[in-house]
Amino acid sequence: MGLKVENLRLCYRTLRGDVVAVDDVTFGIEDGEIMGLAGESGCGKSTLGNGLVRMDIRMAQLGGRVELDGKELPISNDKAMRRFRFADVSIVPQYAMSALNPTRRVGKMVSELLKSRGFDYKKALPELERRVKLVGLDADVLHRYPIELSGGMKQRLVMVISTLLNPSLLIADEVTSALDVSTQRAVGEMLLEFRDREFVKSTMVITHDLSILAQVADTILVMYAGKLAEKASADVVINSPLHPYTQLLISSLPEVGVRHDEKTLVGIPGRPPSLLNPPPGCRFRDRCPAAFDRCVEQPPFLEVKPGHSVACWLHADAALPAGGPGTC
Amino acid sequence: MLSLENVTKVFKTGAFGGASLPAVRRASFDILPGEVTALIGESGSGKSTLGRLILRLTPVTSGKITYEGTDVSALKGKALREYYRHVQGVFQDPFSSYNPVFRADRVFATIKRSYFPEVSAADWRGRVGNSLESVGLNPVDVLDKFTHQLSGGQLQRILIARALLLDIKILVADEIISMLDASTRVDVLNLLSNLKARGLGVLFITHDLSLGNYISERTIILRRGIVVEMGATEKVFDNPQHDYTKMLLTSVPQLHKKWEPDTGVDLDETTEEDAKVLAGRYTKSELHPLARSHSRKGRRAQAAITEREAAEGLLRTDTYLRVHEEIPQLVEVEEDHLVAM
Repeated sequence: MGLKVENLRLCYRTLRGDVVAVDDVTFGIEDGEIMGLAGESGCGKSTLGNGLVRMDIRMAQLGGRVELDGKELPISNDKAMRRFRFADVSIVPQYAMSALNPTRRVGKMVSELLKSRGFDYKKALPELERRVKLVGLDADVLHRYPIELSGGMKQRLVMVISTLLNPSLLIADEVTSALDVSTQRAVGEMLLEFRDREFVKSTMVITHDLSILAQVADTILVMYAGKLAEKASADVVINSPLHPYTQLLISSLPEVGVRHDEKTLVGIPGRPPSLLNPPPGCRFRDRCPAAFDRCVEQPPFLEVKPGHSVACWLHADAALPAGGPGTC
Repeated sequence: MLSLENVTKVFKTGAFGGASLPAVRRASFDILPGEVTALIGESGSGKSTLGRLILRLTPVTSGKITYEGTDVSALKGKALREYYRHVQGVFQDPFSSYNPVFRADRVFATIKRSYFPEVSAADWRGRVGNSLESVGLNPVDVLDKFTHQLSGGQLQRILIARALLLDIKILVADEIISMLDASTRVDVLNLLSNLKARGLGVLFITHDLSLGNYISERTIILRRGIVVEMGATEKVFDNPQHDYTKMLLTSVPQLHKKWEPDTGVDLDETTEEDAKVLAGRYTKSELHPLARSHSRKGRRAQAAITEREAAEGLLRTDTYLRVHEEIPQLVEVEEDHLVAM
């Protein structure tokens, strides 16, 4: 079961034209899997995450379908989605620290939320308190206002609240970005624990930080300029990536525990293309050191090894026949 | 050389400045030319405050900052302008460092007006061009553009180019690359490394240990306004002595290594003495936020909570620790490696 996304295209309607932020994206997340979605700012990763839960009024679905546990998610229909949100698919939004209602005590806010979904707060309270304690907070935080809590505490609370109804899919958008390293670790370990305790079936962790994904994710999906670039298990993406973009990105990351005296890291020259009228062909072409004449055509996203898909002409010939074992 | 000697900064907080919050406590270190000094700390550790103190954006409460032997806090007028000729800063958010109404290259014009009014326009254009090229930008790409037409990396480099037009000796770089994308980050870092080869001293303020490890010669670890460990970067990173540094290093996510099990050291363990102090005596500023309720009933209920929490030691809030924590002595464990004991 799990999540299946097929040929999804999401765009932003602007006065200058449609900005296709998620272009022809196909992937799946298995039950019990934590998938990391990585990419630079403006690559469409947050649009994809938000699109699966709630479409902004500026956003529109141009095509494709999303299936969760065998049922189609009506992502472009705000009213029809209401039934699924929070209960089946839940999000920890970016800037979760400001996601709590500042005028309500946390407990009151949760009770209103549960009531709107037809649940009783009193009945859910023991479980809520148990989970709050599980993430290392005092049950007393439910009687506090958000302003009385620190950023890390709020982040953890939002995660507890989002997963209270045991959703099938949790979308965690930049949950670790604004935190200190010690809190980052606690939140990262929470994601693993929530999965192990089956509070959530599958998780999608959206971040620009590959090193946090190396810690928590089972598989990593790399996006570039609205398109999928590479998907494979976390080890493979970190240690033996195939797409030139992933390779360059990983080789440009400084690390603790490595002496950099001898070798200087290099960045990737240039910047991603504008998503308003993007150039045809591979979108990484202009910055890619390995680009050749075939790159003027858009490379297909193909599985080249079991469980390892990449969109690059360098590897397209090695593609496995479609529909084989382990198709993404 | 810029040196800090027992620098302390206390901010007044609360409605009438009745409460005080020590942001930096007795920090002493030097920024040497030709070196990058990384100032690493978590949020609220006072690292940005230190940068602002050096740039004189806020006055020191006590202690001394000296540049080439002169006390910085006494500088005024012309002398202050001369100080800024040698000491400049670049900050985190490139988009808010510019006025979006004007073109980005206006930052050069303001420098010319204040420092080089006698230079001819043609000569100035040449200097700006050279400076932009030295930070890896093509002048044609960036001059006469508005901020929204430029990328974050470009804007950040323009600010560094602006600082280089002056005869700078010390650059305070406060989280300059945390807003940049991973693929362009490293280029700005390498730029800083090139600058230090030209004799510039850089104070690189960051919360990201991997960046500090990559770029710096010396590292200072700051916690709650106190320097807990400082020394040569490879010594601090390879042989951390303070529990806090160890905790940071085990928590930092690494690409090729999974998190090791927790060390299990509680850095803020409540001592019996703390519990006594807390139960008996606390000032308004250290009170739990809950204890500041407005209704009498609320205050009574909360006083009970506060008492209970104090007894359990929960009241060791950040503010309490900042005010009451003793400032440890820095002890030299090996050459060029000091640790708070």
